[in-house]
Amino acid sequence: MIHSVFLISNAGDLFLEKHWKSVISRSICDYFFEAREKAVEPDNVPPVIRTPHHYLINIYREKIFFVSVIQTEVPPLFVIEFLHRVAETFQDYFGECSETTIKDNVVIVYELLEEMLDNGFPLATESNILKELIRPPTILRSMVNTITGSSNVGETLPTGQLSTIPWRRAGVKYTNNEAYFDVVEEIDAILDKSGTTVFAEIQGVIDACVKLSGMPDLTLSFMNPRLLDDVSFHPCVRYKRWESERVISFIPPDGNFQLMSYHISAQNLVAIPVYVKQNISFFETGSSGRLDITVGPKQTMGKTLECLVVTVHMPKVVLSANLSATQGTYNYDPVTKILVWDIGKLNPQKLPNLKGSLSLQSGAPKPEENPSLNIDLKIQQLAISGLKVNRLDVYGEKYKPFKGVKYVSKAGKFQVRT
Amino acid sequence: MLNHCFLCRNEDLKEMLESNKESLKLEAMKRIVGLIAKGKNASELFPAVVKNVASKNIELKKLVYVYLVRYAEEQQDLALLSISTFQRALKDPNQLIRASALRVLSSIRVPIIVPIMMLAIKEAATDLSPYVRKTAAHAIQKLYSLDPDQKEHLIEVIEKLLKDKSTLVAGSVVMAFEEVCPDRIDLIHKNYRKLCNLLVDVEEWGQVVIIHMLTRYARTQFVSPWREDAVFDENSEKTFYDSEEERRVDQSKPYIMDPDHRLLLRNTKPLLQSRNTAVVMAVSQLYWHLSPKHELSVITKSLVRLLRSHREVQYIVLQNIATMSIQRKGMFEPFMKSFYVRSTDATHIKTLKLEILTNLANEANISTILRELQTYVKSQDKAFVAATIQAIGRCATNISEVTDTCLNGLVLLLSNRDETVVAESVVVIKKLLQTQPSQHSDIIKHMAKLFDNITVPMARASILWLMGEYCEHVPKIAPDVLRKMAKTFTSEEDIVKLQTVNLAAKLYLSNSKQTKLLTQYILNLGKYDQNYDIRDRTRFIRQLIVPNEKSGALSRYARRILMAPKPAPVLQSAFKDRDRFQLGTLSHTLNSQSNGYLELSDWPAVAPDQSVRIVEVVEPVKEAGAPLLGKSKPGKSAEKFYSDSEEEEEGSSSEDSSSSSSEESESESESEENSDDSNKSSSSESDSEKKKKTLKNKKLQQQKPDSKDRYWSHSVQSHLFFLNKFLVVFKFNLRCIALLLIIITKLFSIHIVLSFSNQFVASCRCSLLRLCVFLACQFDAVSWHVRVSLQASFPVFVPETSHELLHRMTGKGLSAQYRFTRQPCIYGNSMVSLQLTLSNSSDQALENIHISEKSSTGQNIHHFNAIGELHTWTCGSVLFSFSTKEDEFSVSIQPAVGELLVPITMTEADFTKEQGLSVWLTNDRLGTGNRFKNSHLLKYLKRLICHAFLLCYWSMPFLSENF
Repeated sequence: MIHSVFLISNAGDLFLEKHWKSVISRSICDYFFEAREKAVEPDNVPPVIRTPHHYLINIYREKIFFVSVIQTEVPPLFVIEFLHRVAETFQDYFGECSETTIKDNVVIVYELLEEMLDNGFPLATESNILKELIRPPTILRSMVNTITGSSNVGETLPTGQLSTIPWRRAGVKYTNNEAYFDVVEEIDAILDKSGTTVFAEIQGVIDACVKLSGMPDLTLSFMNPRLLDDVSFHPCVRYKRWESERVISFIPPDGNFQLMSYHISAQNLVAIPVYVKQNISFFETGSSGRLDITVGPKQTMGKTLECLVVTVHMPKVVLSANLSATQGTYNYDPVTKILVWDIGKLNPQKLPNLKGSLSLQSGAPKPEENPSLNIDLKIQQLAISGLKVNRLDVYGEKYKPFKGVKYVSKAGKFQVRT
Repeated sequence: MLNHCFLCRNEDLKEMLESNKESLKLEAMKRIVGLIAKGKNASELFPAVVKNVASKNIELKKLVYVYLVRYAEEQQDLALLSISTFQRALKDPNQLIRASALRVLSSIRVPIIVPIMMLAIKEAATDLSPYVRKTAAHAIQKLYSLDPDQKEHLIEVIEKLLKDKSTLVAGSVVMAFEEVCPDRIDLIHKNYRKLCNLLVDVEEWGQVVIIHMLTRYARTQFVSPWREDAVFDENSEKTFYDSEEERRVDQSKPYIMDPDHRLLLRNTKPLLQSRNTAVVMAVSQLYWHLSPKHELSVITKSLVRLLRSHREVQYIVLQNIATMSIQRKGMFEPFMKSFYVRSTDATHIKTLKLEILTNLANEANISTILRELQTYVKSQDKAFVAATIQAIGRCATNISEVTDTCLNGLVLLLSNRDETVVAESVVVIKKLLQTQPSQHSDIIKHMAKLFDNITVPMARASILWLMGEYCEHVPKIAPDVLRKMAKTFTSEEDIVKLQTVNLAAKLYLSNSKQTKLLTQYILNLGKYDQNYDIRDRTRFIRQLIVPNEKSGALSRYARRILMAPKPAPVLQSAFKDRDRFQLGTLSHTLNSQSNGYLELSDWPAVAPDQSVRIVEVVEPVKEAGAPLLGKSKPGKSAEKFYSDSEEEEEGSSSEDSSSSSSEESESESESEENSDDSNKSSSSESDSEKKKKTLKNKKLQQQKPDSKDRYWSHSVQSHLFFLNKFLVVFKFNLRCIALLLIIITKLFSIHIVLSFSNQFVASCRCSLLRLCVFLACQFDAVSWHVRVSLQASFPVFVPETSHELLHRMTGKGLSAQYRFTRQPCIYGNSMVSLQLTLSNSSDQALENIHISEKSSTGQNIHHFNAIGELHTWTCGSVLFSFSTKEDEFSVSIQPAVGELLVPITMTEADFTKEQGLSVWLTNDRLGTGNRFKNSHLLKYLKRLICHAFLLCYWSMPFLSENF
């Protein structure tokens, strides 16, 4: 399946290669560079590139291209999903997945890649198993290792690999048993010029941080499970129980994981927490324009909006912006043509406003379209869909764990057309 | 110099490797791995590295393995030095070490060691650890790519590993199967059901591979479920969730899905909820290629969900949705808004979304879509705008209602500032006009006016073509355009020049007076053009249109050749022909066949033998999933089955008539005595045995208290409450007709008579089988209860609910339900009537269903009307087994005690008498009767009898109301 993987930085520097079958010359990447050149933006690089003898399937993540070389037919999503899993594992191990961290930990990266694929077929991708095989680097451990000469590599086969619950490692022990769940909801919406909702839906995930000893069997139930339109689960969740009782029953992996993700579709009414009054216009003469944006709260369920950021992708002809904000700071990057207005906490008494003029490239025709606004925000202690966790029960273990649920709503792909 | 430096460093590394210190060696290896990762050549260190292959330090060893696998191919001779280490490690007690030794050994691409690898694989394939076996499955592929001659031996190993029951192995071995011998579909037969059942527990990557393989398999083994799908479109969602039997009832179609086909669909469905996008896509394509069309809608939501994932995932999923949406608009129409474009999407995502939106457009939603497209036209991404304009064009041709609106919109775009927009609009308008030119001469005129401002060659060429084609509609303007073109001819692009020549020729033919000179001029210019295409075209046109002595017959037809009506271009999706590839594959993504693509075969007209999938050994524990059904071949079975049943019916009816006489005769005493006699005789035969069984069954009953029991006792209790109230009222209003409920216990031999009801014959006619069988259970009469004088009355209330006897899963399609009819039994009142409803939810006819004695199958002499022997029946549980032609299912009935009561009508006087007589029942005297060994039962009975007597006070209507 996967023949080789090359990691290429955004600048075009090929900094890591790994082959699982016979070695393929890195000149194969020339085809990729060609496509990269043609695409201009890194986002526009086609995920599947055909070369005379091979196929290149690539993903772009954290400013790194993961380019895999394929020789024969394979479901492309299989490769894409795997590459993303690799990136996630790096993130899990090194805190971030960047060129520097990968270069710094090249040996662990190599060991990981070796374990994750055998002959191009995924072998162990569960983070719990990998962590038993190859221990993540910590400062303490690397110090101990240099002194004692012990290694980062586990000597026995992780028990999870053999059991029917490969995601959980055995012999977990904690002095404080705790299970925390974060319900994170993102609102995807498109609002049109007049502020009416063209399209809105909610995408939610429940992230869990479970640190429980032994083999706990958890059951999580909701007050209103009917809200959930479509769900997908971590492999640990028993699908049958969800089907019949609408409860989530699972033996959790140890540590952080995403328990489930769900979707509340446009059919249900989605509360839009914010409204935007905007007026962006470009003048026919004088190569200038005016911008006036006001943001206000709409359906916030009595909570405050935080981390409010408005991002505008300006047309290419906009050279600079001379604006004044009543709250927060703004920044216009003339290279990327992105205007970012960081508002912060929204004060409903005094609505933030950004006003001023834009100067355009002289002589260029006035831009056809007004740029759309992307909005970012955060509401603590609220799941915008109204989803509520009812209770969490622990079976199979005697102790009483600390339990907690946190709700956060965010703006996902929240766009206001102008 | 640099090279020298590099060598120096290598020297340094070599020294470190040869030192005695582990930490130094490890450090050196880490640096070497760093070199490998960067793609630097470190092959000359091979001898120094390979020495450490047997190191005790596991990390060092692993790094050496990494090195070895990378360079073994280049240094084959030296690599051989390490082989013995691996051979030793293959015998290590630690499974991780065994597995990794095999991994490395098989990864060393040195042809000489092929026999060693082969041996190691064979050994590992029988290893106790599933992890090692999994590694063996991977090694198979490696060996195959190294030496394809080993194929036959490897297939043997694959065959062995396919039988493996471990979920760990399943994915890897199927992968090996796909790589080594994808055509050996016969290897799958026996493992098909196992793979289906294991699928949910296999790790996610294995799931993808197995699902893809099973899709191909299913297409070769089952008949198409798509024959008559149209009927189901309406209530597709509903029917899917309904239980299978019910669907069978509704469906009176000749097509019956193979249970194995159904098994696959059923077992893959939960995987749509997987977090792994590849799994979801794999299941979606499986449903697309295999499921009946009306069940397809389940995949929609999941696919739409994937659109929230990473950009690359979106790209692939959107491509697949685009292909699907061409064939089945309805699937994605409710989710249309999910395909709305955001300005932040990547261009290829945008165009794919646009493609889907266009595919989804129909009369109902076109206005919404057009409004949406209008906003896209203003986008800054010009490639996307061009695609949008094309999309508008496609909507306009596909939906005739909006053609004019679209055309007007496009004409407005002609005054757009951006050139690409204008050019694209011109091209699309040209295509649209071709469909209905006559009404739109003003648009052509408008375009002629714009002509001067348009510089994009394609757009200019399009306008010229339009002028020429419809020069009759614009007789004044066309020559003027030609005049302008003559001026600029030399500086135009080739494509524009060609169209100019065309225009000139057409005008020459229609309006030679005005344009003769112009044409000649242009033809002369063309004659000396640098491009040979243009010179060629000019020469051809000149010969065609300008008559001279040399030109033959062709020029006479010049007008007809050039001005022939041309068919309008059909604007269709770029994904139109992609469905020739299996969805979700690389070939589908690239729209061209990639290496190793395995064609999805068409459905076979006649399904191949299904029996190949039957596994001989059926473990009793796994009965639920184990295949038992469907031994008979379809086709022939259907007819035969019906004819059989008719014959049987005759047989049974004769028996019915004989028994009906006894039913009609009021003298129950006779039958009762008979039964009494027979029971006594048989009871004496095996008294001790009986007791054993009784005990056993009692235990069974205690473990699983029947819901019916609970129902009874509960309801009796609740009525008791009422009774206290009503007792006063009814005390003086005693009816002559009172009910005496009598308990009959201790049944030991039960004759079951199966007879057909009309319903059976009727349902046989439709494809599904549902039959009712009435059972009469005979049991031993207890001396104290039935009086000759007593006459059984009809029950006041007969519950309609039936209870499950045999679930369809357990019964491989055969399901049985029982219900107590509470009717007096025709075979004497020491028996209880039982209505048995058998239904067949499988796709095949079940032959020869009869009740057999569990242990001895040889006794199944009768078919349906067979009198089966039942094992045991003690208070409440009857065990017997159903047999179909080849399978046998054991079932047991545990009736509530109440069901064994017989309602009896008697006079008040009789009642008091009986009550007096039965006082002993309420006393402990009952306990002395050695028939009741079990105190639990005794207590239960006593309570029940008490209630039974109390109930006697109730009037009948009251009873019927409350029961």
